[in-house]
Amino acid sequence: MSHEVSEGVDISRRSFLGKSAAVAGAITIAPGIILHQVANAKPDDEAVTGSVRWGMLIDTNKCEDGCTDCVDACNTVHGLTGHGRPQTDTQYIRKVTLREISTGHELSLPMMCQHCEHPPCVDVCPTGASFKRKDGIVLVDKHICIGCRYCMMACPYKARSFVHEELKNQTLNAPRGKGTVESCTMCVHRVDNGDIPACVEACNKGKHDAMIFGDLNDPNSHISKALKKHGSQEIRADLNLNTGVRYQSI
Amino acid sequence: MRNRLIQFTLLLAVLALLPAARAIAGTPSPTIHEPHGEGVKCVQPEEEIKRNHMNYILHQRDETMHEGIRTKTYSLAECINCHVFPDKNGHIAGIESEDHFCHGCHEYAAVQIDCFECHADRPQKYIKRAAKQATIEQDLREVLVARGAESGVMK
Repeated sequence: MSHEVSEGVDISRRSFLGKSAAVAGAITIAPGIILHQVANAKPDDEAVTGSVRWGMLIDTNKCEDGCTDCVDACNTVHGLTGHGRPQTDTQYIRKVTLREISTGHELSLPMMCQHCEHPPCVDVCPTGASFKRKDGIVLVDKHICIGCRYCMMACPYKARSFVHEELKNQTLNAPRGKGTVESCTMCVHRVDNGDIPACVEACNKGKHDAMIFGDLNDPNSHISKALKKHGSQEIRADLNLNTGVRYQSI
Repeated sequence: MRNRLIQFTLLLAVLALLPAARAIAGTPSPTIHEPHGEGVKCVQPEEEIKRNHMNYILHQRDETMHEGIRTKTYSLAECINCHVFPDKNGHIAGIESEDHFCHGCHEYAAVQIDCFECHADRPQKYIKRAAKQATIEQDLREVLVARGAESGVMK
């Protein structure tokens, strides 16, 4: 790819990256191993814009029951450790098993912050701590979170957790502390550097390929093409939240 | 009795003069840990950063959080990367220790900081080590508790 540049083709860095991103959409390293790359990292000093909207597509047919690769990767990256109290321990992503009563058909899916276009958590936040970035990622600014937990009540997906106890040895990229609410950040620190979220990476590494991450605004992105071809469902679509996380086969 | 009185007066005089002597010697200042490595300089002149570091960090904080601007110049993580490192014995001072770069001055100035209730107080490579140590200690504690319970049953 570097050849294109050295040959003096007059294209801006951006459009070059755009083109290479399209090429690098799915690189096959070896048979069976596919790396989905999002090769359009923005420069560090540039603010995020609304021209992209990050989203995720999860194919529940490929999501194995009992597999926790995504959850484990998330816990590692964010340094999430529990106190053995599943009711209150922090979870950014959790596996949910659904069973249809009439047929007995079971399916397993990862549930996390759905990064809604119209997030109820942002509506109810009294301090502005719960907010949506221009690129569609919904976050908690823990600097101004007062820990009132209104957002936890408002979220239809039970995606948020509250930190009840003092923490130590937090990781560099995931500052977390007592008295604040937190949830899936769509690995914002990785996305800003042009990487994909840890859960998606782990799912691909485990050769499940149940999760696709990408830009919903770009019609040529892997995720947009998959959405166009296969369609998708929102969980609680009746709420008209226009979620950024979509599911197939539910 | 008279001697006693003289001794006591002298003692008082010495005690009264002590602060003055200290003032002559200069006000004690906190130890400042120079950045790691030779020729490494702070992103701003020392006087500027001493007075205004909080403004730089606060500004960067909001930009990073809300706009995804991740330049390293005024990032808290980079302060830590440069100024927090193990001593000669390989021991690294946590934020609760007087030897921590931030703690020294903040204790001295009586300004409480809560950055490190959430943020890492040491570079990433040393966090892993500390986390591992904590896990080992936790495991050991659990084993000891379990053994205690066992021996309790045996009695």
